[in-house]
Amino acid sequence: MDYFVQQLINGLTLGSIYGLIAIGYTMVYGIIGMVNFAHGDVFMLAAFIALILFLMLTQLLGVGSLGLALIVVLVLGMALTSLWGWVIERLAYRPLRGSFRLAPLISAIGMSIFLSNFVQVVQGPRNKTMEPLLSNVLVLPIGNGSVTLAEKQLLIMAVTAALLAGLWYVVKHTSLGRAQRACEQDRKMAALVGVNVDRTISLTFIMGAALASVAGLLWMTYYGVVSFNDGFVPGVKAFTAAVLGGIGSLPGAVLGGLLIGLIETFWSAYFTIDYKDVAAFSILAIVLIFLPSGLLGRPDVEKV
Amino acid sequence: MQNPGDALKKALLAALITFGLSFPIVALRTDTNLSNQLVLTERWSLAFTLSGIAFVAFLLLGLVRPAGDERATPKTARSAAPPHPFTRYLPRIGLAFLIAYPFLAVAISGSAGAVKWIDNFGIQILIYILLGWGLNIVVGLAGLLDLGYVAFYAVGAYSSALLAKNFDLSFWLTLPLAGILAAFWGLLVGLPVLRLRGDYLAIVTLAFAEIVRLVLINWVPVTGGYAGISGIPRPTIFGYSFMPGPDNIATALGLPASPLYRLFFLFYLALVLALAAYWVTTRLRTLPIGRAWEALREDEIACRSLGINTVTTKLSALAAGAFFGGIAGAFFSTRQGFISPESFTFMESAVIVAIVVLGGLGSMVGVAIAAIVMIGGTELLRELDVLKAVFGGEFDPAQYRMLLFGLAMVVLMVLRPKGLVATREPTVRLKPKVARGAPAAE
Repeated sequence: MDYFVQQLINGLTLGSIYGLIAIGYTMVYGIIGMVNFAHGDVFMLAAFIALILFLMLTQLLGVGSLGLALIVVLVLGMALTSLWGWVIERLAYRPLRGSFRLAPLISAIGMSIFLSNFVQVVQGPRNKTMEPLLSNVLVLPIGNGSVTLAEKQLLIMAVTAALLAGLWYVVKHTSLGRAQRACEQDRKMAALVGVNVDRTISLTFIMGAALASVAGLLWMTYYGVVSFNDGFVPGVKAFTAAVLGGIGSLPGAVLGGLLIGLIETFWSAYFTIDYKDVAAFSILAIVLIFLPSGLLGRPDVEKV
Repeated sequence: MQNPGDALKKALLAALITFGLSFPIVALRTDTNLSNQLVLTERWSLAFTLSGIAFVAFLLLGLVRPAGDERATPKTARSAAPPHPFTRYLPRIGLAFLIAYPFLAVAISGSAGAVKWIDNFGIQILIYILLGWGLNIVVGLAGLLDLGYVAFYAVGAYSSALLAKNFDLSFWLTLPLAGILAAFWGLLVGLPVLRLRGDYLAIVTLAFAEIVRLVLINWVPVTGGYAGISGIPRPTIFGYSFMPGPDNIATALGLPASPLYRLFFLFYLALVLALAAYWVTTRLRTLPIGRAWEALREDEIACRSLGINTVTTKLSALAAGAFFGGIAGAFFSTRQGFISPESFTFMESAVIVAIVVLGGLGSMVGVAIAAIVMIGGTELLRELDVLKAVFGGEFDPAQYRMLLFGLAMVVLMVLRPKGLVATREPTVRLKPKVARGAPAAE
């Protein structure tokens, strides 16, 4: 029982990070119907930015308080990663809007290759390891045993929940959210009624990059290690999560992320760690075969 | 000519943005010191240099570029113009060049220098052309986006290597077997994903390729895990081998020993395989099955309402594409003599898809040109010692190979979204084609 609850906590922590990345995929897909393949590498870049900012604050500027340092890293990291997200959209995707479907995808794959190699060139190919942060654990008695809940796990789940609530509010109750939903339904019509489509799409990329930045910081605090090719696997899993939950659906992305995190954790805990990714990908295939539009996605009605 | 003030403002903004992009990631480098701690090295000058470059570049661009949006000017109707005679003869010129290529390499750079040109450039590019033409059937003709093509390449390479090592089968037998096995895998992936369209298909094929790679890594008793399979038998021809030994073909024929014979053999073998793929694809395109593929790409619903069986059409496209992937894999394993999961990462799939799309979907010559540009270009970067002289001895151009590859993908796509060869010869014409300048024959 306690083992099960422990794995549940670990799975939810991992799933929260996947969910945050998955939102970036699902929002962009919802609004322009494109798989932003570089998003996983934006996440990796964000983890690097978070690491460097944290080292800069603690080593060069001598900030002693961990809480203050983390908040500055969070805010500054979000701003800098958003700038990357905006520039990538502006240079690599916007010129291809209205082109055929594969063009932006290829551009995105190129951007993904570029980003990971760029980080390799400027930061070196080695793994970057940082001393663990917030590793104090709370021991909770469950049944006969007990489970441990690390402070960082609590932080990850709390930050994810808070961000989701904020995002939900933005999408449902602000004019930006209304514009985004309008563009999602019909871009031409939205432009006709006065929505600035280009600006809305840019802001969507910025929001996705900002969430990826938070995911990068959380990843850094959770695992304490990052390398230049860490963008691909979390990126693919987050995309899998977005598809699993129904691409285009925000709650679906979070649900998918949590499910992928749980599947991966429970598979490693009860079966074999070697095939944990195989389990996640196989479940994706099985879900898509029986529910082609994902768990929470709208059925894809094709107009002729 | 733009207002200089505006150009200056834009250039300043560009410099500011570049500085923002490079602020933590370029200006501060993380290094591990002796006590295994991460420390920062400050490199502000590099960040300032990059910003300066952005400033100058945007300033020049702003001053040179005419005011107003150039995209507003109407494009000339290029598609209506008859194809330039050069493009008509390009396939033949290219073929002649390819046949002569190994001899040219030897003639120009001598027998020692030619090894690199035939092996790293010639054979390497031909493998990618073969893969590109195989994937072209799936993506270019049938319009099914397959992001996991490397899985079939891996299946071909591993099945050929395992058959040759465990059952002592000759390469000439394992080559078609590898293709057939890969085609079966194509059917296997195809069956569950038939209902999926577009991006869902892309992600399932990607997931499938990852599953194949993970199985290759973890199924150690059969695949050798990360260590891979080494000592794969080299191909022999009429019982003679190209490797040093008693049955070496050069010794048997009384020729001086040289590694070039093997390379010539591999080069022409790859060329024959690639030409076979070309021939099969062009023939298939004129058959009902090929027309069904292209119809499927254009409009699936129209296709179905005309009574075309989309299930068999999709499956046959996936299987045909996978077959050539398997052939390429078998060739790869026998050429290297060693295979490991490292060679079958997603990056390979991305490179092959990029070659097909950059070549202009469906255009065979375009795919070949894209393979030459992308693979040849990045291989060439390994050779540029000139850059080392310019940037100092520590500068290693090979480090920038994939960086530039990714950048080239983005730039080529933005500049030529339809691919390098955008015109596609229609397979079927209503009227018989009449040669220009000559009177109609019939």
